[in-house]
Amino acid sequence: MSVLVYTENWEGKFKKLSFELVSYASGVAKMLNTTVTAVSIGKVEDNELKRLGNCGANKIINIINDQLITLDNQAYASVISDISKKENATVIIISNNNTGKAIAPRLSVRLKAGVGSGVSRLPLNINPFTVYKRTYSGNAFAHLVIKSDVKILTLAQNSFDLIETANNASIENLNVSVDGSLVKTSVKDVQKQSGKILLTDADIVVSGGRGMKSPDNWPPLVELATLLGAATACSRPVSDEGWRPHEEHTGQTGKIIAPNLYIAVGISGATQHLAGISSSKFIVAINSDKDAPIFQAAQYGIVGDAMKIIPKLVSAVKEIRK
Amino acid sequence: MKILVCISNVPDTTTKIKFAEGNTSIDTTGIQWVINPWDELSLTRALELKDDATSGVKSVTVVHVGTASSEPTIRKALAIGADDAIRVNAESSDAWFVAAQIAEVAKKEQFDIIICGIESSDFNGSAVGGMISEFLGIPSVSAVSSLKIENGQPVMTREIDGGKEVVNVQAPFVAIVQKGIAKEPRIAAMRGIMMARTKPVKLMEPLAIEPLTQIIEFEKPTPRAACKYIDADNPAQLIDLLQNEAKVI
Ligand SMILES: Cc1cc2nc3c(=O)[nH]c(=O)nc-3n(C[C@H](O)[C@H](O)[C@H](O)COP(=O)(O)OP(=O)(O)OC[C@H]3O[C@@H](n4cnc5c(N)ncnc54)[C@H](O)[C@@H]3O)c2cc1C
Repeated sequence: MSVLVYTENWEGKFKKLSFELVSYASGVAKMLNTTVTAVSIGKVEDNELKRLGNCGANKIINIINDQLITLDNQAYASVISDISKKENATVIIISNNNTGKAIAPRLSVRLKAGVGSGVSRLPLNINPFTVYKRTYSGNAFAHLVIKSDVKILTLAQNSFDLIETANNASIENLNVSVDGSLVKTSVKDVQKQSGKILLTDADIVVSGGRGMKSPDNWPPLVELATLLGAATACSRPVSDEGWRPHEEHTGQTGKIIAPNLYIAVGISGATQHLAGISSSKFIVAINSDKDAPIFQAAQYGIVGDAMKIIPKLVSAVKEIRK
Repeated sequence: MKILVCISNVPDTTTKIKFAEGNTSIDTTGIQWVINPWDELSLTRALELKDDATSGVKSVTVVHVGTASSEPTIRKALAIGADDAIRVNAESSDAWFVAAQIAEVAKKEQFDIIICGIESSDFNGSAVGGMISEFLGIPSVSAVSSLKIENGQPVMTREIDGGKEVVNVQAPFVAIVQKGIAKEPRIAAMRGIMMARTKPVKLMEPLAIEPLTQIIEFEKPTPRAACKYIDADNPAQLIDLLQNEAKVI
């Protein structure tokens, strides 16, 4: 028996979410009295792999294969399911990000394993195996029993604290053979944003809504974000209008994020918007309407004109960063 | 080419969720049921492709796993423009169960493209599309924000962390779609509503399959502390609180 965790890498590096995953896996393994095996696919240096050990992985399996350079859901699921069988894994943990959502359901069918998607706490119980998951777009949480022998959990980002202790994990470089007939997709072109803090990675997010009135009013908001090391986001009408790029749209039909701090400027707080941000640790609302629903979701609020308030916040942050 | 669009039936997105039966289920009284927002966009894109004579798409079928009570949702999909519908007559107990049923439908009817939304707004599982593809042993592409057919070849754009990739794939395949796939959901016109009444809805009995998961209890999100208001004339105090009280900056 073991807990298997798939840790994606980005150009050979792991991210905070990878360490969250391994820490979470280690928590689950403790409950089950077993060990953690981390699986990484692609070229990653040993030093970087070792960091997974510090979060609780006992063993790290490193796979390099030319057929696995770009994500092919079917091929990845096949490789990970073979390893989990070999490792006798009873729980498999993956991120609830795009990659995790692409692989977990395929793995589920291969292993006849029930999926608990978007879990944000350690299992509530191991017998029956019960997880805590988001449902109704954040308006309810469910206690979900997974009845199959093997269980797959996808972990919501920023929902679990890192545990770091020095630990010497073993690294095993594994040659896998990939059945070429399984690789049926090919990537023709890649476009990457560079130099921007990604919305899904950011600890702080500064977000603007229709109350910002015009795309010309964004520079102070962007300046505030830059000073705070934050990513920028927006409500749906703002991206629909083309005031801001689509990647910034948060909410039910956009990105679902859980930063430590979400600053909502000129956003009314519609249910569909809150669906994307309600897991943020702290929400700040800046809105001229004291009855705007966003204040019910917020821990800190300022009732007033954003155009006047944002420049003052910029000065205040500059003051403390002196 | 034949497209199958998977449709889920969910409470309207503004619904205040209430629980029933000792928090083991959702109180459905007064709930307005709608087509899952993602599925509405999937259907819209499928119909756009069919409208374009160069795409080679000849028909758009919708499939739904649910009881007779979700008939209005299916009629709505037909009114929007789907050619026909299939309903697998069963309570949709979990993603595994639903995906297995749809895979069975797909085996019988043979589609070139199966489209699923990235998640349903009720269960937030993000699992049905991927499961269908694995049950059928065909490729899947997830987080798809654009689906085109160029010279008979499907071309998709998928979102990756910090960017986009253009992906080619051979049909048959499953596209799991998200924001961008269509701009606005298509709305049923009067003519469509009239025509929907006579469009065929095929009823299929479910395969006997045991779900792998079960919800035993619901709870409300942990309530948050009440909002602390800061004077609009002194926003600097907010920065101070974020730094020294919340400790997040
Ligand atoms: C199926 C469905 C899915 C949806 N998905 C999403 C989604 O994913 N994300 C999303 O955001 N929305 C979504 N929506 C839309 C949602 O219902 C709201 O319409 C939207 O969130 C409103 O955006 P907003 O808060 O920017 O604008 P508004 O609701 O217009 O609010 C603007 C706010 O700005 C305030 N304001 C005005 N002037 C100032 C000023 N000078 N200073 C400070 N404040 C000011 C106003 O008081 C108001 O509260 C969805 C809707 C549907 C039906």
